[in-house]
Amino acid sequence: MSENRKLIKIATAGSVDDGKSTLIGRLLYDTKSLTTDKIEAIERSSKQRGYDYLDFSLATDGLVAEREQGITIDVAHIYFNTEKTNFIVADTPGHVEYTRNMVTGASTSQVAIILIDARKGVIEQTYRHFFIANLLRISHVVVAINKMDLVDYDEEVYLKIKADFDALVAKSDFTEDQITFIPVSALKGENIARKSEKMPWYVGNTLLDHLEVLEPADLEPSSVARFPVQYVIRPKTEAWHDFRGFSGMLYGGNLKVGDEVTLLPSLNTSTIKSIHYFDQEIQEAAPGSSIAVTLATEVDLSRGDMLVKSGELPRSDKRLTATICQVNNKPLRIGGKYILQHGVNRVMAKVDQIESRIHTDFTGMEEAVQLKLNDIGRVHFRLSKPIHFDSYHSNKSNGSFILIDEAEYDTVSVGFIE
Amino acid sequence: MNNLLIPNPKEAESIHIIREVAAQFERPVLLFSGGKDSITLVRLAQKAFYPAKIPFPLLHVDTGHNFPETIEFRDKLVEELGLELIVRNVQDSIDQGKVREERGRYSSRNSLQTTTLLDAIEEFKFDACIGGARRDEEKARAKERVFSVRDDFGQWDEKNQRPELFDMLNGKIHVGQNVRCFPISNWTELDVWEYIKTENIEIPSIYFAHEREVFFRDGMIWTANEHVYREEHEEVMVKMVRFRTVGDMTCTAAVLSEAVSLDDVVGEIRESTISERGARIDDKRSEAAMETRKKVGYF
Repeated sequence: MSENRKLIKIATAGSVDDGKSTLIGRLLYDTKSLTTDKIEAIERSSKQRGYDYLDFSLATDGLVAEREQGITIDVAHIYFNTEKTNFIVADTPGHVEYTRNMVTGASTSQVAIILIDARKGVIEQTYRHFFIANLLRISHVVVAINKMDLVDYDEEVYLKIKADFDALVAKSDFTEDQITFIPVSALKGENIARKSEKMPWYVGNTLLDHLEVLEPADLEPSSVARFPVQYVIRPKTEAWHDFRGFSGMLYGGNLKVGDEVTLLPSLNTSTIKSIHYFDQEIQEAAPGSSIAVTLATEVDLSRGDMLVKSGELPRSDKRLTATICQVNNKPLRIGGKYILQHGVNRVMAKVDQIESRIHTDFTGMEEAVQLKLNDIGRVHFRLSKPIHFDSYHSNKSNGSFILIDEAEYDTVSVGFIE
Repeated sequence: MNNLLIPNPKEAESIHIIREVAAQFERPVLLFSGGKDSITLVRLAQKAFYPAKIPFPLLHVDTGHNFPETIEFRDKLVEELGLELIVRNVQDSIDQGKVREERGRYSSRNSLQTTTLLDAIEEFKFDACIGGARRDEEKARAKERVFSVRDDFGQWDEKNQRPELFDMLNGKIHVGQNVRCFPISNWTELDVWEYIKTENIEIPSIYFAHEREVFFRDGMIWTANEHVYREEHEEVMVKMVRFRTVGDMTCTAAVLSEAVSLDDVVGEIRESTISERGARIDDKRSEAAMETRKKVGYF
């Protein structure tokens, strides 16, 4: 991976038949990311099905079961690159019942592309997709108004949809500069990689140009440093006899040698003695680094503990309130016990109260006694031990958790801490 | 001393995943084929635990039809890094009557590996197998999880996969289950090659252009060798070739190439219009070849 190429992670959302797979197939084709054997396979399949055009959606529809049904049923990851940028696309389906898939795909993405069929305009599904982008605090949303070829590339249609969507934005936490509207035809390649001559009234960037000018640093706002201890490295060799390296991934902010740190849960303090990245000693690490640190004093620190800069302590509590999205068939119930995984730390959690089920179309909430698959709700928890967290709003990695079913061990919920 | 570390996001994610495997499982193993992806995995594992040694063994399921260059390379790497290597042979599974050797024009031991692998998992009670699979390789892989839970029969149920949110990995399993772990899920073929170049990682010589006795079949270049079934009319000739993926001789096709250095290879990959698995004979058997093999426990 080239050092000078940046990485942009994108989630896509659209309803059935909005042409989402076609859009991704088109991006792959236009960036020459589809190899000849894949293009041949698409030509073959398209012909077998009697289409008179290249069905780019076949480039991404993976599993046999869903190809038979003609729909995508899970999150698929797709990769392409340009000279300047590596892209990862989490392709998530848009059916009503698949909220969990979009939440999953969006959890690892910085950008969301929401597709709208120009003939249908803003529909209930659009509300839901935008609601999830809002819930997950996606940094940037591209609203791709697709199938412009089927509405004669009419600016009026585009403006009407934009106005309808702006009304939605007003109900959300997004600011206008976080949203970009682009009229496209994925099938014909208009405004995807090539500026459309059919829509001279649109003066903005093509979709690809727009995605390329985004900067990862702008998409991941920095906060304070959080270093959850993942694995303790103890070589016990002669050369490294006393070495105790606390390894993990650094989130939120920089950490450097000499920093005064507080260890959680013990609240002991120490100083960063050294930072290691493989066989190099470094002075300072930026967020996202997988490193190992040693401390100036001997301390008791193990997996699941956390190291933060003194003076920047997170909240530590055995009670918390979170917005939950249920991602498993088993409903979340009041009184239910779960394994709560917060980063790499696990504690037991009990559902104290389910306060409400939130309507995913921005129309408020209602009382609920349980949360079923794809439900989103506000839930109060009590934990067996305190965890050290921030609000999801201020620190995504330290403000989110998953719930694991005690009996089946499946991942049943994802939580965003208030 | 370097001043500020700006992480390579894909590398940092892979190291994070490898450390999770070591922390969450009792008996992990790294599935090592001698190919570039598993060699990359070894480098990432070194980085994850340095200055300690890699805390799990490597397992090579040897079809007996490997390129000798790969086996030589494997043994050298293991010795240099002081790693523990376990080898299990497909030939033994054949001798025990557990699998039957394929015959004829497209015969290969590739799919027979599954039985040998599952037996080794049971023998050593491995609960996590780290593999070098990447999501960009093949359609069915695009939906694979980083931690993919398999049942006692090694089976993959695509409809019953745990959602993976943020970078939180759930490796909780029941007795009898095991997890396939894929730290370089998010890498592309080009990422791997560029990484090998940047890190100056040694790879087997067959990845570089060399003269080899080959024959042409179905538009692909096959190695001419006692292990590879060849019909009389299929004429053997000497060509300058290299391999893009290294598996069993019977299922790995060569490409014509003049690339003798890593720079050349990276250049060819950038320009390439044929996908890596396009040179995998095993994937051409049917449109859903990979998915079908995964369901029965292929890694």
